[in-house]
Amino acid sequence: MITLFIISLLGVIAMLAEILKFKKLLAPLTLLGLIAAMGAGVSEWNNPVFIPVFNNMLLFNHYALAFSISLCLVTFLWFLMAQDYLKTETAITDHYALILFSLAGGIVLTAFGNMVMLFLGIEILSIPLYILAGSRKTDLASNEASFKYFLLGAFAIGFLLFGIALIYGATGSFELNTINQYILQHPGEMPAFFYAGILLIIAGLAFKVSAAPFHFWTPDVYQGAPTMITAFMSTIVKIAAFAGFFRLFSTCFVSVADSWNQLIGILAIISMLLGNITAIRQDSFKRMLAYSSISHAGYLLLAILAINNHSAGAIFLYTLAYAVASITAFAVLKKVYALKNNDLIESFNGLAKRNPLLALSITIAMLSLAGIPPTGGFFAKYVIFNTALTGGHLWLVIIAVIASLIGVYYYFKAIIASWFKPATDENLIELSLQDKLLLIITTLLTLAIGLFPEFILNLLS
Amino acid sequence: MIAILLVLFPFFASLLVLAGNAVSAKKAALFFSVLELLLTFYAYYLVRIQPDATALGCTIPWIASLGINFKLQLDGINLLLVVLTNVLLPIIVLSSFTKSYKNAGVFYSLVLFMQMALVGVFLAMDGFLFYIFWELALIPIYFICLLWGGEDRARITFKFFIYTLSGSLFMLLGLIFLYQHTPGPLHSFDINALYKAGQGLDVKAQSFIFWCMFLAFAIKMPLFPFHTWQPDTYTTAPTQGTMLLSGIMLKMGTYGLLRWLMPMVPLGIAEWGPMAIALAVIGIIYASCIAVVQKDYKRLIAYSSIAHVGLIAAGILAFNTQGLQGALVQMFSHGVNVIGLFFIVDIISTRTNTREIAKLGGIRNVAPQFAAFFLIVLLGSIALPLTNGFIGEFLLLNGIFQYSAWIAGIAGLSVILGAIYMLRSYQNSMLGEPNGLTSTFRDLTVNEKAVLIPLVVLIIGLGIYPKPLLDLTGPAIQHLINSSLPIIKP
Repeated sequence: MITLFIISLLGVIAMLAEILKFKKLLAPLTLLGLIAAMGAGVSEWNNPVFIPVFNNMLLFNHYALAFSISLCLVTFLWFLMAQDYLKTETAITDHYALILFSLAGGIVLTAFGNMVMLFLGIEILSIPLYILAGSRKTDLASNEASFKYFLLGAFAIGFLLFGIALIYGATGSFELNTINQYILQHPGEMPAFFYAGILLIIAGLAFKVSAAPFHFWTPDVYQGAPTMITAFMSTIVKIAAFAGFFRLFSTCFVSVADSWNQLIGILAIISMLLGNITAIRQDSFKRMLAYSSISHAGYLLLAILAINNHSAGAIFLYTLAYAVASITAFAVLKKVYALKNNDLIESFNGLAKRNPLLALSITIAMLSLAGIPPTGGFFAKYVIFNTALTGGHLWLVIIAVIASLIGVYYYFKAIIASWFKPATDENLIELSLQDKLLLIITTLLTLAIGLFPEFILNLLS
Repeated sequence: MIAILLVLFPFFASLLVLAGNAVSAKKAALFFSVLELLLTFYAYYLVRIQPDATALGCTIPWIASLGINFKLQLDGINLLLVVLTNVLLPIIVLSSFTKSYKNAGVFYSLVLFMQMALVGVFLAMDGFLFYIFWELALIPIYFICLLWGGEDRARITFKFFIYTLSGSLFMLLGLIFLYQHTPGPLHSFDINALYKAGQGLDVKAQSFIFWCMFLAFAIKMPLFPFHTWQPDTYTTAPTQGTMLLSGIMLKMGTYGLLRWLMPMVPLGIAEWGPMAIALAVIGIIYASCIAVVQKDYKRLIAYSSIAHVGLIAAGILAFNTQGLQGALVQMFSHGVNVIGLFFIVDIISTRTNTREIAKLGGIRNVAPQFAAFFLIVLLGSIALPLTNGFIGEFLLLNGIFQYSAWIAGIAGLSVILGAIYMLRSYQNSMLGEPNGLTSTFRDLTVNEKAVLIPLVVLIIGLGIYPKPLLDLTGPAIQHLINSSLPIIKP
């Protein structure tokens, strides 16, 4: 709860910074604030009971706390990475405020106890991003990204709202627990429009987590938006959206799992295969990461599909490992982009000669995304497969295995480019202290998640 | 304790070599690998004086809530392979002394890291740990081939990587499947628990496990028809990479078959074993026939390696004492012989700038010592009596014969075909009159002798006196068979 307060307050402070002229202090203040927010989350962890707040609107239980801390951590890393970008922007305070409000929306998504808060969380998470995606006002691609994201996002939210309304019509409540009680008390008596409601909610959420076939916005928006905003979308938004997705389905709709799990299974299969296969053909690193994020949504859906007591831990570990590796990848991309002014995979050529740290971090990040030991990505994938197999979905896991094999192909394109392909110019690349620190932290984190996953896994089991 | 030391020592050595001076990297690597070899001999001594080898292993909880332990254990079977790894590694490092690789520090660090992973694969007695080491071994060899390899290396090493990874992912699937059939709620990846879980499954599930795991091992060895990555990769990799791949890494596949598949799914083997043996035997004949018409020396050895490993696999799949013992002895001998052969081909190709057999000839006239060493290694490889190859192949054919006389007859053709392509290549390259390319062929240098002499000693020594190998592996094999044979043949 305090985490949410701190983040919201930070957002307000960031808006005031322009008027009260302490813009220079904003960066350290935000970083400190994020640390404080994480600390607040940790301090609440050992509370004997978790009391719902605001008439059951929010409940910060272990699940919500763990995901909030993870969101704050990734945002912290994001701010470390994005310092250069934020400095070059004119409206620096707006950026800070928008990002922080978006994060606040994400935290609401991890903790909602009521459909209204689900809706509010998604809107608070998304609206700042519609603006940020278009923040390069003179760039046509950025405008396109913003517009596309906004229009399709509005559609998806419409579906979600319609779904919520139908559920309300069937059960007479917005509250997750009440809905669950109602379903349990009326087994087999739910009207058809209740199931239509679930279907519409799945459509709306699948859009947010960019699962196929609701993914069409992803590549264009990822590519058009400023790189740092893309990084934010592919990490923090992903974690928050999945946290919300799983929270909703694990509290409300478990008892009618038969009605929706085939659908989720189909979404998972399409996302894994389509994401990975399309990523192979991409020349642009950003577009490749966009398709890769679609495929990761597919793997994560497996855990929602299998819905058992390992699922929460599996999703938590997976999103964290994925986000940390993605931040590394975007940090390297940022550096490469600054030099070449394009995001082609070719631009990585000869990176190992020009700066070994960059090459090493991108290698570890790619290995992690591809799911190769001893990185965090491997263990995350293992946990997901294990969870899905526990649920008895052998065939889906076989498809997932094949999909991850295809994935290795394009992740290795970046590794091969940086170690093997000759560079067009041989000048060394200088890294700022901040960048070095960030790359070292994220790389070590990736390895640490792979080698000592037990701590993270036990948080939510 | 000694088990964990065997694994960790190369790891720290690899870090030290990476951090240290690049100029002295090869000397440091040699020093550390010799130390590791001494450690291995000490482990051998411990295993021989101590019949109950479990005390030498260790079990450290790693991810306790998932039943994953850092469990290493020594017995006759895996000690043999650890000895092989650690005997060959100093030789491989020594063989690179005349070469000057770019970024030598990284190169030798990767080689030592590879040693860590290989020893780990052989010693791991926990399914998850086994998988981790299995994959860890892939990463250094991928980079060795990618960064120091020959022409078109990016494409070829990549094919190799995808191929082996596809196998291992299915193995992971199989392992998780087994894991979930261990008694819950706290499942376990312990090898004995997995054995029990696998043996308790019905035929259909066991067949599924069989194919998941067999695929991984068959690709690694490689068996026909999963071998297409191998000749290209062996040819393109730097010589030391080829040595690591063919001498040691290939044994990961045969070892996996022996330890992780045969006792685990007896019904699956009863169902699909004949087909797997058929694949192995087809591979023997097929690879031998291709080797006969091969013009490139390195490719010839690559194909001969497929033939040899096919015979080893057939011996393991026959699953009787002679077959298994032959397989283990042959794994050892094949490692020694194939490294010798690749080293010799490397000498030829650096001196004449060609590997094409037809362009060579008459080398024996100008380099008699070289020709003599080559002949001994070659005879070992075609399994002449009194060389190490003979013991292994004899036992293997004996074991296969007990399984089926027909199959043994067909597999036996490999000996004849092997003699054909090996002796003919020797004849074409060594005998006759020297030509423009070979007339200036320099005889062996001191360094090259230092590599070849230990190999030749091993070839002849084990050919005459194979008892240490047989004594070491005998009890362990009996133990392995006892743990599953009653179920296979009721």
